[in-house]
Amino acid sequence: MPHDHSDHPHSLLPPDPALRIKALETLLTRKGLVDPAALDAIIDTYETKIGPQNGAHVVARAWSDPAFKAALLEDATAVVRALGYYGRQGEHMVVVENTEDVHNMVVCTLCSCYPWPLLGIPPGWYKSDAYRARAVRAPRAVLAEFGVTLPRETAVRVWDSTAEVRYLVLPQRPDGTEGLDETALKGLVTRDSMIGTALARRPDGAAAP
Amino acid sequence: MSGAPEPVFSEPWHAQVFALTVHLNDAGHFSWPEWAQRFGATLKRHGLAKDLDGGDDYFSAWLETLEALLSERDLARADQVAELRAAWKAAYLATPHGAPVHLAEERGGGQG
Repeated sequence: MPHDHSDHPHSLLPPDPALRIKALETLLTRKGLVDPAALDAIIDTYETKIGPQNGAHVVARAWSDPAFKAALLEDATAVVRALGYYGRQGEHMVVVENTEDVHNMVVCTLCSCYPWPLLGIPPGWYKSDAYRARAVRAPRAVLAEFGVTLPRETAVRVWDSTAEVRYLVLPQRPDGTEGLDETALKGLVTRDSMIGTALARRPDGAAAP
Repeated sequence: MSGAPEPVFSEPWHAQVFALTVHLNDAGHFSWPEWAQRFGATLKRHGLAKDLDGGDDYFSAWLETLEALLSERDLARADQVAELRAAWKAAYLATPHGAPVHLAEERGGGQG
């Protein structure tokens, strides 16, 4: 992309990893193993089409429709597939419900397994050693850093995602949302609330962290 | 966490290495559980020296895993990759600022 400095005699050299990836792409494209257009399509899909709005749709629906919720907790993969949310990293999805008694939280201690079709690409902190190592050992301390303090009697369950099973947290429906329809409810469901590091927003605007 | 939206990928090369891996997985060159095992092992190895922050260091581990896997499968030999990496570097250095960068043998050719 052109920019303001006119004192560069040549193009800005991309960082070393970028050059290594270009090399891989060139080699694999020449061998006919990679289609550059398919790479662009994948990036576009994950940057613009797949994201937490999908998970929020599922949660808002579950809050509004008890039969849907029961089916979701029974077999999430089939239920979200029927809504069109399936594909890579969504082969086997499990939804875990937060209640007064239990707060659920999701991590991947191995790498960064995550329900892509429902939440998109995980945020940086989900992939960090700090979160991956401590979510299991000290979940309440991690939650406190996210600004979530739970009543002492609420148990915390941590679910370790794998390449085979991805978890989505069904947050508790906030108080004061009785009259809201699915669309309005959707706006209260944050990405972090579906990972379990936040609570859903309240309609009075009190933002969950 | 602030409420400001974060970009899905913070650097273009993060997106590129991600897409390349997903594409090769789609094409059946390796399974995702296999990828996760290998990637997890790389992260673990890197994490011994320092705490990984989930950004550049995460995708560096990702790229290292992909390079090793492709080399092992004989899909992209390390010497061929190194050669092309050098060619790309030379192309960037030889291209006037603002002009599209092409590999030497492709310049003026059909590659848009």
